[in-house]
Amino acid sequence: MLNVGLKMENVILSVENLNVKLNGEAVLIDLSFDVDEGDVLAILGPNGAGKTTLLKALLGIIPYEGVIKWRKGIKIGYVPQRLPFIRDVPLSVKEFFHLENAPENEIKEILKSIGLEKEILKKKIGDLSSGQFQRILIGWALASDPHVLLFDEPLAGIDIGGQESVYNLLERLKEEKNLTILFVIHELSIVYRLANKVLCVNKRMLCSGVPKEKLTSEAISNLYAGQVKFYQHKHKGQESL
Amino acid sequence: MSQFLLSLFSGIFIGGAAGFLGSLMLPKRMALAAGPLGHLALPGIALALIYGFDISLGAFPFVILGIILIWVFERRTKLPTEALTAVVFATGVAIAFFFLPIEQAEAALVGDISSIQLNDAVFSIILCIIIFFVVKEIYSKMTLINISEDLAKSQKIDVEKYNLVYLLLIALIVALGVKVVGGLLTAAIVAIPAVTSRNLAKTIAQYKFLALSFGILSSAFGIFLSQLTMLPAGPLIIVSSAFLFLISITLKR
Repeated sequence: MLNVGLKMENVILSVENLNVKLNGEAVLIDLSFDVDEGDVLAILGPNGAGKTTLLKALLGIIPYEGVIKWRKGIKIGYVPQRLPFIRDVPLSVKEFFHLENAPENEIKEILKSIGLEKEILKKKIGDLSSGQFQRILIGWALASDPHVLLFDEPLAGIDIGGQESVYNLLERLKEEKNLTILFVIHELSIVYRLANKVLCVNKRMLCSGVPKEKLTSEAISNLYAGQVKFYQHKHKGQESL
Repeated sequence: MSQFLLSLFSGIFIGGAAGFLGSLMLPKRMALAAGPLGHLALPGIALALIYGFDISLGAFPFVILGIILIWVFERRTKLPTEALTAVVFATGVAIAFFFLPIEQAEAALVGDISSIQLNDAVFSIILCIIIFFVVKEIYSKMTLINISEDLAKSQKIDVEKYNLVYLLLIALIVALGVKVVGGLLTAAIVAIPAVTSRNLAKTIAQYKFLALSFGILSSAFGIFLSQLTMLPAGPLIIVSSAFLFLISITLKR
């Protein structure tokens, strides 16, 4: 949207030759990409491709080699894929927000922006529906007033109605707060609707760019290497990109 | 001060601190780890009984040694913690029986709070107060770590540091706990008040408060009952605690 001269200044994250090993095994190999301010980047890839690992490396919570450069002063909110242990703690929604010292008036603002009533604060986390819980997690990540949201499979485990509402929420938040969003996702329809950039990862980077241009059926079948049967009957998908 | 009051106060403080810390240990199944660690302390308790020093002092280095061994084995073998814990704690019990004076076995196995000395009591109570405040201080950060280490790290929480403090607190409470309920029953003083509280609490504030209260109540009941029946206090504390647990089940909707 801006001219080339301004483009460099617009970069919020720059990744060069990122390599991650877990237990001696290479999980991410030689990844390089840039993210601009206001981008919505969808990270696609089969199971075990290293997508969650990529998010963790970007957060700086696992060791890596290479360069991950965030613009100075950037605050990052993280929405993890699952929190299996949270139901083991008798935690009300309000107390969950207090775990990160979110001030009362800010909590109310956040509830408004994630489309929930303040009555939900009294509810136990364990009693929420999956869609409500996902909204609360998003709200929790928003409480630190981040510039960037890292989102690990926002729609996983949510019923269709809930998925649509979480999707609408993401779209609205992006507009209202000018958030940069990086999200791991499996639903291709959402990628087309929400993302302006896509990154295909299967340990290595297999494609990157504008979804409509880069997500050709060959690219998808290559990425999922036999996992997406629907696309395979058209193309062998053996050629490399 | 009478011997009864001395043991009552010590018991109440240790029980309360154990229940409070136990509420933090329950979510990640750590409450059960206090059992093996108590067993591990037995050689140290045996030494303390033979040479006549405070059994908590004897227990503490062995509990620390146990934690370090389990941690080292875990890193080297990648075997599940429970399996390694079984190896380490059974060995601890076995070794203790080589030299545990048999006439004092009861004190080692199920505790002997009713004969606590003034010095030990004061020392224990001070330690319990410290444990209480440290647990209070780390509670919300540890809760977040219990929920998700990744989420905690994304909030720039030094997870390693908190885990270390947490493990030290566990070692301390186990070392103090063996005084009250012996090497065999330590899991019970940290776990039962927490599970009872879990049955009733709707918020974490209630959960913390109830775990602390049930820890205090069951210690007080047990020590009173011991005074009346002349039966050992340790098992009576656990039975009282279990009784509160049963009541909590009937109250749970």
